[in-house]
Amino acid sequence: MLSRIPQLLFYGLVSGSILALGGIGVSLTYSILRFSNFAHGDMMALGAYLTLALIPVAGTLGIPSAAIGPLSFGPRFIVAAVVGMACTFVIVVALDRLIFRRLRKAGRITLMITTIGIALSMRNALQFFWGPQPQYYTARIQLAIQVPRLAIRVKPDQLFVISVAVLLVALLHLFLRYTKTGKAMRATSDNPSLAQVTGINTERIILWTWVIGASLAALAGVLAGVENKFITPELGWQMLLSIFAAVILGGIGNPYGAILGGVIVGVSEEVSTAFISTGYKPAVAFGILVLMLLIRPTGLLGRRS
Amino acid sequence: MELFVGIINYLVFFAITAGTYGVLSLGLNLQWGYTGLFNIGVAAFYAVGAYASALVSGPPPDMWDGRLVGGFELPFILGILAAALAAGIIAFLIGIPTLRLRADYLAIATIGIAETIRMVLKNEAWLTNGVWGLQQLPSPFYDAIHRGATGFVQTHPDLSPWLRALVLKAYNWFYLFLVIAALFLLYLFLRRLAQSPWGRVLRAIREDEVVASMSGKNVFAFKLQALVLGAMIMGIGGAFYAHYARFISPTSFEPFYGTFIVWVMLILGGTGNNKGAILGAFVVWGTWAGTDFITGYLPLSPTQEASLRIIVIGILLVSILLVRPQGLLPEMRQRRRTPRTPE
Repeated sequence: MLSRIPQLLFYGLVSGSILALGGIGVSLTYSILRFSNFAHGDMMALGAYLTLALIPVAGTLGIPSAAIGPLSFGPRFIVAAVVGMACTFVIVVALDRLIFRRLRKAGRITLMITTIGIALSMRNALQFFWGPQPQYYTARIQLAIQVPRLAIRVKPDQLFVISVAVLLVALLHLFLRYTKTGKAMRATSDNPSLAQVTGINTERIILWTWVIGASLAALAGVLAGVENKFITPELGWQMLLSIFAAVILGGIGNPYGAILGGVIVGVSEEVSTAFISTGYKPAVAFGILVLMLLIRPTGLLGRRS
Repeated sequence: MELFVGIINYLVFFAITAGTYGVLSLGLNLQWGYTGLFNIGVAAFYAVGAYASALVSGPPPDMWDGRLVGGFELPFILGILAAALAAGIIAFLIGIPTLRLRADYLAIATIGIAETIRMVLKNEAWLTNGVWGLQQLPSPFYDAIHRGATGFVQTHPDLSPWLRALVLKAYNWFYLFLVIAALFLLYLFLRRLAQSPWGRVLRAIREDEVVASMSGKNVFAFKLQALVLGAMIMGIGGAFYAHYARFISPTSFEPFYGTFIVWVMLILGGTGNNKGAILGAFVVWGTWAGTDFITGYLPLSPTQEASLRIIVIGILLVSILLVRPQGLLPEMRQRRRTPRTPE
């Protein structure tokens, strides 16, 4: 049982990277638009399915599908995923213009209930077009490679998932730290009215929040598909609880906290399977969440509100 | 005439289900409508109520059953009490870590408890028989009423066929009576609560927690009481569902059927208005059943039909929030105790 732990730690890092990417969007929406977005998981699934739909489109454009090195997918899939991310944020921004913008003055709970309605419709729209059965990005089978001296087996795809997550987190850090828009986003998150007084265009910041949040959500959905080998319309909803646990653990509203929380929740969920039934994996996230709410509701990196 | 009898029988069946949802909607109205508690895990309390009642008044496990405990065959009323008690205990436990915090935390924690409960129902076969669920649950007085009805039909061979069809469904009429009676009693109870000083504190908390707490009210205690009482009502709804359906399994308590549709019912009917909560249950369940007829004519697979119907409910929810957030029957302003003095 204990001998499995190094392996489970590695799996935890993989799923933690995916949770972190999902969590960043939840955290940004929370700190800038001031509500918890319960449709975030379904935005992940949307991105995963748009990518699936775009793979044949990229094929007709002549983008080769031959696998890159040891990975199970090729340039065709990567192009489809990038365009899929863009399509996801276009749809999400359209939803913002159509729905959320009219509710900016409404209470935060009205907004949260609205996200539930959107979540429900979005998930079932995916199910309407693709059905509830799993869909596969690739039929290729990838064998795990034994890592010498460490008692773990690793698939190249899993290393890809971790590297992409690390890369994007680094890019996000640079964006928030050094660009004018990134600084404006942090200012809005710290104090929205003060930010507005200093001439920051709030609507533009909201637009950017959706673009970043939705793109990273779509990417998280695609990477979940790469890691699990299949996607279903429930993919995002099933991860939502873990994502919220990660975000609260790290400190809601703090994107760096979401990353830390994502990794901790991912690792705890995987390591827990050495001790309890895998059926209870999401309950582990819930346990962490309740514990955190009892001990330190502001999260590990959160400030006192 | 046969069609007419068919429609009547269907309407009775429809009203039983809608009425059961009305119970859930009333429970949610106490939590959300009166107190502003954002519970999106209604399914948790609904499921716990259904299972508790099924275990207390259902049959003991048979040889194919994976259960080790439960099935005490106690009377229906004890099942209802067990349902309310079990749901109340879960609400108490979830309320303690979350009710001192912002609404978001309660929302996330209630989603969490609903999912965790569903996992327990699936995995702990010794108690719940896992995914196979609990079967052959008793409906109160079923044997007596059904035997009476069949006996009546046999001793009156001159009955017209449509009257026969109606009499044979006599049990559904009886169950409808039980559901309506429960709804009515709950309605009276909640109306009384709303007008009591206790209800006024709940509304004060909903409007402004800080002010309520500055007036010396223990906000946390009041919120906990409202959460527990609302959950107990939801548990009773679960018991009514279990003893009519006579079969429950984890799939009966998926988030859509257990939670979201109840929210749509309350918001459409009128948040904060008990009549609205009941009206919403009938209107939304009517919409849900109506879309079943319509999608039947479309060239779609059964899963596509289900998805399309859920999309309709999702769009309905968002549209109400955009167009008429107060619902069909808006919350009534409370009557003043003393008449306004002319100026």
